[in-house]
Amino acid sequence: MDILNAFVAFANFVLVPGLTYGSQLALGALGITLIFGVLRFSNFAHGDTMAFGTAFVILFTWWFQSMGISDGFLPTALLALPFGIAVTIAMVLGTDRVVYRFYRRQRAKPIILVIVSAGVMFVMNGLVRMIIGTSEKNFSDGSRFLLDPKVFRDATGLAEPLAIKTTQAVTVVVAILCVAALFWFLQKTRTGKSMRAYADNEDLALLSGINPDRVVMVTWIIAGTLACIAGTLYGLDKSFRVFVYFGLMLPIFAAAIVGGLGSPLGAIVGGYVIAFSELLVTSAWRKIAGYILPDGWLGDGLYQALSTDYKVAVSFVILIVVLLVRPQGIFGGK
Amino acid sequence: MAEPFLIGDGMTGGYGTVDILHNCTISVEKGQIAVIVGPNGAGKSTAMKAVFGMLKLRGGAVRLDGEDITTLTPQARVRKGMGFVPQTHNIFTTMTVEENLEMGAFIRTDTGIAGTMEQVYDLFPILKQKRYQPAGELSGGQRQQVAVGRALMTQPKVLMLDEPTAGVSPIVMDELFDRIIEIARTGISILMVEQNARQALEIADKGYVLVQGANRFTDTGKALMADPEVRRSFLGG
Amino acid sequence: MTRNLSLFAGLALLFILTGMLQSWNLSLNILNLALLSAIMAIGVNIQWGYAGLFSTGIVGSVALGGLAVGLVSAPRVPEGWAAGGPRILGALIFGALAVALAIWIYRRLPKGRVRLLAVSLFLVVAFFIYRAILDPAVVAVEANNPAQAGHIGGLGLNSLLAWPVGALMAAGAAWIIGKIALGLREDYLAIATLGIAEIIVAVMRNEDWLDRGVKNLIDLPRPWPVPYEVNMQTHPDYVDFVTRAGFDAITFSTIFVKLLYAAMFGLVLLALIWLCERALNSPWGRMVRAIRDNEVSAAAMGKDVKWRHLQIFMIGSAVVGLAGAMMTSMEGQITPGSYLPLRFTFLIWVMVIVGGSGNNWGAVLGGMLIGWLYLAVEFLGPQMMEQITRGLPPGDLKSHLLDSAAHMRLLTLGVVLLVVLRFAPKGLIPEK
Repeated sequence: MDILNAFVAFANFVLVPGLTYGSQLALGALGITLIFGVLRFSNFAHGDTMAFGTAFVILFTWWFQSMGISDGFLPTALLALPFGIAVTIAMVLGTDRVVYRFYRRQRAKPIILVIVSAGVMFVMNGLVRMIIGTSEKNFSDGSRFLLDPKVFRDATGLAEPLAIKTTQAVTVVVAILCVAALFWFLQKTRTGKSMRAYADNEDLALLSGINPDRVVMVTWIIAGTLACIAGTLYGLDKSFRVFVYFGLMLPIFAAAIVGGLGSPLGAIVGGYVIAFSELLVTSAWRKIAGYILPDGWLGDGLYQALSTDYKVAVSFVILIVVLLVRPQGIFGGK
Repeated sequence: MAEPFLIGDGMTGGYGTVDILHNCTISVEKGQIAVIVGPNGAGKSTAMKAVFGMLKLRGGAVRLDGEDITTLTPQARVRKGMGFVPQTHNIFTTMTVEENLEMGAFIRTDTGIAGTMEQVYDLFPILKQKRYQPAGELSGGQRQQVAVGRALMTQPKVLMLDEPTAGVSPIVMDELFDRIIEIARTGISILMVEQNARQALEIADKGYVLVQGANRFTDTGKALMADPEVRRSFLGG
Repeated sequence: MTRNLSLFAGLALLFILTGMLQSWNLSLNILNLALLSAIMAIGVNIQWGYAGLFSTGIVGSVALGGLAVGLVSAPRVPEGWAAGGPRILGALIFGALAVALAIWIYRRLPKGRVRLLAVSLFLVVAFFIYRAILDPAVVAVEANNPAQAGHIGGLGLNSLLAWPVGALMAAGAAWIIGKIALGLREDYLAIATLGIAEIIVAVMRNEDWLDRGVKNLIDLPRPWPVPYEVNMQTHPDYVDFVTRAGFDAITFSTIFVKLLYAAMFGLVLLALIWLCERALNSPWGRMVRAIRDNEVSAAAMGKDVKWRHLQIFMIGSAVVGLAGAMMTSMEGQITPGSYLPLRFTFLIWVMVIVGGSGNNWGAVLGGMLIGWLYLAVEFLGPQMMEQITRGLPPGDLKSHLLDSAAHMRLLTLGVVLLVVLRFAPKGLIPEK
């Protein structure tokens, strides 16, 4: 029994990556849930909006790097982020003006908007491919580790190393800042409250003199910002490939639905639920089991419930269970 | 005779091609209570919505304080001093009581919002107790109070209520009517549609009995209550 | 009517022009894939156009159809099967029984936390038993000649038989997902189907024992009666015929094979249209449309909306599965990496919407037109970009633009979809 080493191994393989991935999913799911709450449809283009924003962050990062601008041990992408966000916001607002507004004025059925958003997804996906190509892009620079595994091992004398990558720390910190800012905005500001009011009861909001165009615009700005940040953090942490972002759609939707579509708090909880479930089910527990089980008990086997190729199945199963047991989600509204 | 404070004059119109209202006139004087009653499908709520601009009129006009507001949107009428409490979905269920009131005052840009909120809390003390609770968690009667309070936040000159007592118990209904009288005493005109005709006419300065979208009887509440024909046909004897 | 005829005539012209200006082999290739797309579009149209069900898992049905071809028509691998086939089958049966039992327990226990916990616990235990049965068998099967086999092999039957099997498999998957997601908000069906399709494709990519995964299952036999070009070219009767007619022996054999496929696919397509038209104009079809147009009142009139939806969802998926099987049958190989949702889910959607949802002929027109466009852009895009960039000096910009032409089609299709939805939401051939 070696609890300490087991815990460090757990932190290294599950806890830290789970917090990171969960933060990325939560930011993505927040965008989905806000759009669902205010515009009342499931935005299939959200994954590709994330890819679109990230593509521009990468372009700005390259540009900064070519000019020799960096921000020390942090990734240059953080400097490029505001510019990427600006482009993303311009894109989503343009899309709303050219595409979605027409259907909103018509009061089209939500499913029509879902199909329309699939068309937007095509366009964005094509644009990203044309702009930056389909190959894998690494754009993380700065120092690699916040907590170097070697330093950790030397300092603690434990057999197991614990590594915290800079990108992981950046992800969690940025996510916390974003969520705090978003909740402050929704709970404390007049505009934020009017957004909640509009999501809660559209007719009454109109009757109270809340301007729907403004609410919709603010929603897109926030969703675009969150999408760009989520996509960039994911890309920094892993790498950027456009079809991977399409694949992120399922876990993100699962997170939003698990938490309850329309509930921001639910989206965050859902993000971590999905991330940790994926890791718990697809991690190899052999190393951790080795520290806990008595000597000689450890057989050969990876102690892995599902191969990592079936990550998508984990989100899916959770999604299905929620749909069956509690379709309105954990913090379910309507 | 002087023009009433708010009047829907000879209103004709409906939702589609079929007219629901036929030359229907509804009016209310300053600080008075006007009640619209009538059988199901008589167009009571439709008449109220027409006055509030939620229905396109083919004929007639709506005037507020002598000004023609027939072409204004409901939102613009709110700015002109009309408050409207819909029959259902009349509160923000996921928001706290206080936030509901704040949203009611959304169009106001002055600094007196806190004062108005205190007035609403004075009128409905229970709401002050529950100010930080989500409105969706309140009882039916309390929700109606939130709904009325929300509409009062714009400091309207006219308050329009669409069946405010639908689905609440008789005790709560009496309580609500008391509050409505209190509101009228502050100088606000009340126009309401009521299913509970007898109780509503008792507090009404003026009553309108609509049948098939047209005025059938119009008189003071007391006179209508005393009218044997009204009693027989609309008040159940 | 004349309008529709001229639309189809225009479509025919596209294929003729492709044949004359590029090559007939290419034109027929596109035609065959376009015919398959048209069948898939009919399947989707059954779901969306008839019943208003929005599924984003079409690629899953296509993939299951392909898998059916692998299981039915691939040559047997007796050593592989002997190494662990029965045990794998046993594991799968155990898994199915465990799930059935879990559902039974779920229904028997009273609602609440205890039930959830009990069923979860049961499923977790069952899962590990299932893995204990399955894993050794999988290892044994995959150890058998991994370079050429490593899978359980097929039944070695005619590929034609795999077509209905593919349809059945797709219908089975649709039954499962429909049971879960139909009756909820329509977006949930879209997301759930997206998920099941990704899982189906993930299974086909990773389970080497089943279809060799990303190593691809190649050299699947052709369906009866399609001959191999090599065999044709050496057949005396054929040689005799070609020399008398004055054709090139090799070119004509390839064209003949493609024509044969086109005839088979065309026959299936016509049969499906005939069935669909009959169904749509029967009392059943009227009821289905009544449900689509007003679910609440149809339910009030005593129609079993949920069961009808499930029925239609399965039928539509089966048609797509059939097309998927036909496609794999023609291509002679299973390449799980090629089952991309953009290609087989969203593209089919574009076809249905452009063609005209609710109308079978519309779906066919959309399927073939967009099918042609999708494949033709592959050679037209770069050619066009070549023309556009002619004036540019060689350099980064020019090469970037030339590269980007390859990605043009997603953008084009997205724009086509949005434009049609906005300006002609009923499509080219609207519902009657």
